[in-house]
This record gives sequence, C-alpha cells and structure tokens, in this order.
Amino acid sequence: MVNLKINGREVSVDADPATPLLWAIRDEIGLTGTKFGCGIGMCGACTVHVGGQATRSCITMLGDVEGTEITTIEGLDADDNHPVQEAWRNLRVPQCGYCQSGQIMQAAALLTDIPDPSDDDIDAVMTGNLCRCMTYPRIRSAVREAASANRGQTQNG
Amino acid sequence: MAKNKIMSRLGGAGKATALSRRGFLISMTAAGVAFGFPRSSYAAMDPQAADGVPITAVGDAFEPTMWYWIDTEGRVNVNIIRAEMGQHVGTAIARILADELEVSWDDVRITHVDTDEKWGTMVTGGSWSIWQSWPVYRQAGAAGCTALIEAAATQWGVDASTCTARDGTVTDGTNSITYAELVKAGISRSFTEDELAALPLKPHSELRLVGKDVTALDIANKTNGKAIYGLDAKIDGMVYGVPLMPPTRLGSQVLSIDDSGAKDVKGYLQTLTLDDPSGTVPGWVVVLGETLMAAKWASQQINVEWNAGETAGVSEADIQAKSRELIADASTGAILPTETPDTTQAFKDAADTLEAEYSTATVLHFQMEPLNATVFQNADGVWEIHSGNQWQSLILPTLSAALEEAPDKIIMRSYMLGGGFGRRLNGDYTIPAALASKQLGGKPVKLVFMREDDVQFDSVRSPSVQKLRMAFDGDKQVIGMEHHAAAGWPTGVMAPSFLPKGVNDQPYDVFAIDGADHWYSVGAHQVRAIENELANQTFRPGWLRSVGPGWTNFAVESFMDEAAAKIGVDPLEFRLNHLIAEGYNAGTVPDSVGGASRQAAVLERVAKMSGYGTADLPADTAIGIATTFGQSRQMPTWTAGAVQVHVDRETGTVEVQKMWLAFDCGTVVDPDGARAQCEGAALWGLSMALYEGTEFEDGNVRDLNLGGYTPLRMIDTPEMEIEFIDSTEVPVGLGEPGTTVIAPAIANAIQSAVGVRLRHLPMRPDDVLAALKA
Repeated sequence: MVNLKINGREVSVDADPATPLLWAIRDEIGLTGTKFGCGIGMCGACTVHVGGQATRSCITMLGDVEGTEITTIEGLDADDNHPVQEAWRNLRVPQCGYCQSGQIMQAAALLTDIPDPSDDDIDAVMTGNLCRCMTYPRIRSAVREAASANRGQTQNG
Repeated sequence: MAKNKIMSRLGGAGKATALSRRGFLISMTAAGVAFGFPRSSYAAMDPQAADGVPITAVGDAFEPTMWYWIDTEGRVNVNIIRAEMGQHVGTAIARILADELEVSWDDVRITHVDTDEKWGTMVTGGSWSIWQSWPVYRQAGAAGCTALIEAAATQWGVDASTCTARDGTVTDGTNSITYAELVKAGISRSFTEDELAALPLKPHSELRLVGKDVTALDIANKTNGKAIYGLDAKIDGMVYGVPLMPPTRLGSQVLSIDDSGAKDVKGYLQTLTLDDPSGTVPGWVVVLGETLMAAKWASQQINVEWNAGETAGVSEADIQAKSRELIADASTGAILPTETPDTTQAFKDAADTLEAEYSTATVLHFQMEPLNATVFQNADGVWEIHSGNQWQSLILPTLSAALEEAPDKIIMRSYMLGGGFGRRLNGDYTIPAALASKQLGGKPVKLVFMREDDVQFDSVRSPSVQKLRMAFDGDKQVIGMEHHAAAGWPTGVMAPSFLPKGVNDQPYDVFAIDGADHWYSVGAHQVRAIENELANQTFRPGWLRSVGPGWTNFAVESFMDEAAAKIGVDPLEFRLNHLIAEGYNAGTVPDSVGGASRQAAVLERVAKMSGYGTADLPADTAIGIATTFGQSRQMPTWTAGAVQVHVDRETGTVEVQKMWLAFDCGTVVDPDGARAQCEGAALWGLSMALYEGTEFEDGNVRDLNLGGYTPLRMIDTPEMEIEFIDSTEVPVGLGEPGTTVIAPAIANAIQSAVGVRLRHLPMRPDDVLAALKA
C-alpha cells in the first residue's frame, strides 16, 4: 500500500511499488487525463507535478512518491481556469490534444519557477515535450500569454 | 463479398455525389429517435461533453436526414462519421450544415458516431472530409430549413416563398415561430431525390457560419484532461494485454512458448498464441495480466521461439536496391493516363536531357497515443471494439474474418484519436485485441502497445526511389518529362481492388504516385508507378500524412529547380512559364476549376510574401521555393511554400529561419482550424525534411523510440506566415498539403545558399557536409 496525496485528496494505492506512477494514476486512481506516450521520459505526455515539480510519471516509480503531494491536469485548477489553461483555450492550442495535459503541466511549472520567461527559456523548457500535431507555435505564444496574465495579476493584486 | 462492397465504395470516395446519394434518408417523417446503441461504457462521442456522452433528444425529434436531428427544445445534433484526431472536423462539418439550416451555433452539438452500415464508408483520410461533406451537409441543412419553412407557412396559411428562416426561427414579416415549436407540433415532409437535388443553396454572400471565426467544440476538453481517447477506455472486468512481437511483421510462426519465468509475476494471467483466421497478425502472442504492468513484466520473463518469416534479414539498402532494379526495367509498373504518356519521340528528338535520382528514407508515424484497442462481446452477443480508428469500413471485414462473426455482430465505438496521421487508417492493431478476447470467450481485453511495440510494426512511410528525366529542344524548351517512382504501396497491400489501371493495363496505387502527375505543361509526360514487393512483404506500407505527395513532390520540385538551373532561368520564372491553364492542365468545374493558373497564383503569392529573389540575405543564407497541388489532381489544394535557411559550412547544420505558405483551398470553412492544419502540416514537412527518418535493419526498423528517432521539437520550430487566397470555389482538403512543399523548398534553399544539391531525405548535417566536401 502506497499512501500519497493527489489533487488534494489522500489516497492509498494497492499496487506494486515498482509500478510507474503514470499507470497508478491512470489505472488504479482512475485519472486518465495524464497520458502515456513513450514510456522513457522523452515525450512529456505523462507530466505531472510531484511536490510542485514537473515530473515524468512514466519513469517515476510509485514507491518513490510515498507521502508526496501530486497534482495532475485534473487538479491544476478547480474550475479548469489556470492561466495556462485559459491561454491554451484563447489561442486554440490543441489539435488532437493528447499531449496537451503534459504540455500544460510543464508550462504551469515553468511559470512557477520563472514567472517572466524569455523566449529562450520557453523553448529550452518546452522542447522536452513532444507534440506530434506540431502545435509548437501556439504553445510558445500561449506560454507567453499566460506569463503576461500572471504578471497582470501580480501587478493588480 | 463484404470486402468488394467496401472497395467499390472507396472507389466512390473521390466523388462526393456518390456519398450524397447513399447518405440521404428520403423520408422526413417526424419520429422518436432511437439513436445509437445501448452503451456499456462511455466513449468520446461528443467531444464537448465532459463525459463524452452525446445529448439525447427531448420529445419527438425531427430527423430530416440521418445526418442530424432537431429536438423540441430546438437543439440540433449533427452526426459526424469522421474521426477527430486534431482537425476539429466535427466543428467544421456541423457549421456547414448549421449555416444552411439557419440555426444559431449555440444550439448545435456534434456526435462522432459508432459504426453502422447506414453511414456508408467511414474513412478519415486523404484530406477528404470537408470536400466530401460540403455538398452532403449543405443539402441536408437546406432540406431541413425548407421543411420547417413550409410547415410554418402551412400553419399560417401563407405562401412559403414569403417566409424566411434565421437563428432557428421562421418569420413571414407578421408571424414568427421557432424551430422548437414547429418540431413540437410535428412535421411530415418527404422529398424525392430530384427535389433534394433542386434545393436552393445559399450564395456565399449569405453564409453566416462558414468562413467565420469560431472556437472548435473539442478544444476545451483538450485542456483539462477530460477528452477521452481509446487508451482511456474502461470496461468492467477487463484484463490487460501486451503483445509479444514476432521477428517479422508477416510470415512468422510460434514454435514454443515457455512462460515458467512469468509464473511468479504477481497478476500474471496467461499467454495466448493468437489463432488468426484473417491472417493479419501471424505469429503474434499476447500476454495477459490483471494490470498493464503485470502483463508487461510477465512478458519480459516469457521465452518465445519463432520461425521467422522470409524478410528477417531485409535491410533498407535491400529495399532501395530493389526499387532501383525495378526502375531500370522498363517493363515494370503502371503508366499513368497523362495527356501524352509516350515520351519516346521527345527524348529521341532532344538536343539535351537532364536526369536525377531522388530517394527518401523510412518514416514513422509516431502518433502520440500508442496503438491500443479494447474488445469484448456484450450481452447482446455483439463484439464491441473500443479504439480510435480512421478507416472503420476497411478493418470491419477483417474483424469479421478474425472473429468469425457476421459484420452486423461487430461495432466499433468512437473515441478521440491521440494523433492519426494515417497510422490508424490501418486498423490491424484491433485484430490481436479481438482475437485475445475471442480466445477468452468474449471477456474484455484491453490491449496496449508499448511504444517500442507500436513502432516496430508501424505502417511506415515506405522508403522510395525516383528517377526523373527531362528533354529539351535546341532552343532550351522543355519537350518531355519522365517520372519513375518505386516504393511500397499502402493501398496495394491493404485495399488492392481499389487500384485503377494505367494506360498499359497495369494497376497502380494512386497514393504512392499522386503528385508526379503534376500541372506543369512539359510536352510528352510519362509517369510510371512501380510497386516494390520486397517492401510490401517486409512491412505494412502506410499512408502517412500526405502519403506519396510527400516524396513525389520532393523529387518534382527539386527537379524543377535543377531544370531551371540547367537552362539558366530563374526557378520561379521557370515554373510560371510552365504552369499554363490549357488542355490537360486547364482544370475542370467544380473541383479543379482554373487549373494550373491557380497554382501559379499561389506561387506568385508566396514569392511576394517571402521576398524571394529580392530579399538581401547574409552569406550562406537563401530562400527556396516549391509548389504543389496538395493531394491529387482530382482534388487539388493549390499550395506554395518558401523557406529561408542558413547553412553552417563547419557543421553542416541547416537552420530553418522562416517559412511562408500560401494556399488556395477554395472556400475556407473554419479559418482558424484551416490555419492550424496548415501550421501542423508544414512542420511535419520540416520534420521529415531534416529530422525524421529511420532504416530497416534485419527486417525491422532500427529506431524504436525517441532515443534514436528525433521528430521536430519546439526549439527547432521556425516562424511561419500563412495566407489563403480569397475564394468561393469548392472547399478542398488542408490536412496534408502543407506537408508537401517544405522538403523541396529546403533542398532548393540549401542549393542556393551553399551550392550543393541534396537528393535524399532526410537531409542530415552529415549529408550537407559530405556534399560540401565532394
């Protein structure tokens, strides 16, 4: 039994501790917004936050996240209105959408770490997330827009 | 028999009118709609709904045709037979219908339907969806609007011609009534086919939704994790399976299985040697577990001994050598019905000739969602296939053969596709899931391909070899051209009865040669399509975004630059001189009206946008151009691209600095969706030009995951400018055309920048360096 907190909820997962966190989230906990892409941590579709850090859940063992706080796309914002999600909708980023949970989780973590990223920062961080529909130009613009929205909030509040 | 039926339908795939005739239910009697099937689990049928479950009609709905209904609350549900894989196709199609029906967009919902005979051919490919749907859904919308107006006029005792409809309300200036009220009152109306054909359609000036900006209905749920893909399918009591792949895609045979090492893996259930009456997955083994990882871990402890198929030693070099051998033999292949296919005299008379060979490496789909399918037999004895798929009508007969069940005992449920790009046109991945479930007596089995398994038996873009020749007279005028292309044939393997015959009575795969039959006037023009059987035996050749035009145009458009250089003419001028809308290249109403002149127009547009020929650029930097007609002469999407590159002479690195594209796709239905498709397609073109490519080694592709396979990422994504020509012509496809111009434009730019000509894709830094040193 592995205990952890996911999207603010305490859960006990009855699975082999060597199970990749990805499959525990998807098949045991039942949150399917986090996706399987490559299984080797190189596409980013499985990105979640572990202790606030963007983490590739496909290469993270369940046993290694005992006692941590995990956030998935479903828990990023109660109303699905995180500035990154808003920017993604405004710029109509998704095509097939399959990689976008991971893209959004990666972008949200990026903006927590670097609230005002340069274009190079965005490219350097987001280039780890593959998008086969090639929505890269819109992802780039959406991260910029979300960063601006964040700055606006800070200045206003 | 079922297969022939499907093929004859596919033969009509290029003719939207056939779909229209087949598609209409003529009766327009109001009836309670028993829509769809009892669902044993949810599926992503309505991408706007959080649970994917489509709306159900309130009251007795009015169902003028099978394509939609209107309920007593005035809500319109539009049935979409196309797969949603990123094109926002349901939104675009629903807007075509809603425009003619004269309803408010806020009242429109969409349903991606499950398979049913009544839908006709279910295929999503070829960039056909909008082109084929345009006449069908317009007519369907107009029929409903006419019926509703007539019902209102009858109620009021006025002439229908005095009434108009807008936003779901009919008025005659004095009275007004909503569609909801009309439906509640009950409508009975039927049209003959002639009446349907005679229904007036709105002129472009009155279109209120088509061509206007909209946020696609599937966007929101793709930003919050709620969109439901095949991999998210969940059936009570299901077990998980992973495949163990035989050494060759075809012809392998299981000799023995030893699973003793897996007995200790917790959750391991059993290992199945698939018994496949359809012959789709010979020698495949499925390992079952209570969880996916139990199946996976167990599979790593199982020893299978196979008798490998004949292609176990085949390499990329073998396949390409075979193509060269076939090209050299003039008796092979099919000669396409171009205007003057006999080039003998032209080359005999030639004062000078040009010849070049182009080749392309194997390319993977690597769609983000690995292949998967969940299958079981439901309480009614119907086999349910839960999986994202692009060509249900093609795989259903195979599923029928594999399951040994009648086609009406099999249904494919619709899900969102985590990328298609043509991979899911070949539904072979559903077969092992179906067979495993069958061997368990119909128990639900969720089969998941790990990425390496997905890639190993991908339906790859075949490697290709092409030889092009051009004949010039004494005045340096072009008097003849030949294009010989050899590759694996996707349609030849998967749907052979669909192949048309050439002028020499030999069959050919249009998808492996489209593009070579270009719109340039070049005098005698021979196009020869050659099937590489070694490729066909080694792998299942795939339709991959733009298919043949992805490689034929690399050859044609590189060769046009080479030909221009040979006679000392600017490449832009050379192309424009030969894009003449006369005779064979004049175009025909409605799909290719304007012919070559429209291709010339997009080329001129992109030249202007990019500053081609006039921009002042630094050393080793240049702009290259290319133009194509998208996917086929039958449905030309006039396309032009320009790419600016800088070449690093030390490292051979090609830096793509900017790309410009211009399209004439006729009427643009969903402007932002259109732009998104063109952005993605162009970047696919870039990815395949410089970054993607693998090779066959010992019968299988060398690169099985992202360690060795390196598609485009954000850091290499250039700035892009995309423009559409204003047009009111028939809308044609945009999913693929952008792909076709980028590789040749880059090759042409590299040549202009540093003076070397690259004739193989992908163009890697090592290739650039080698050419520079040669």
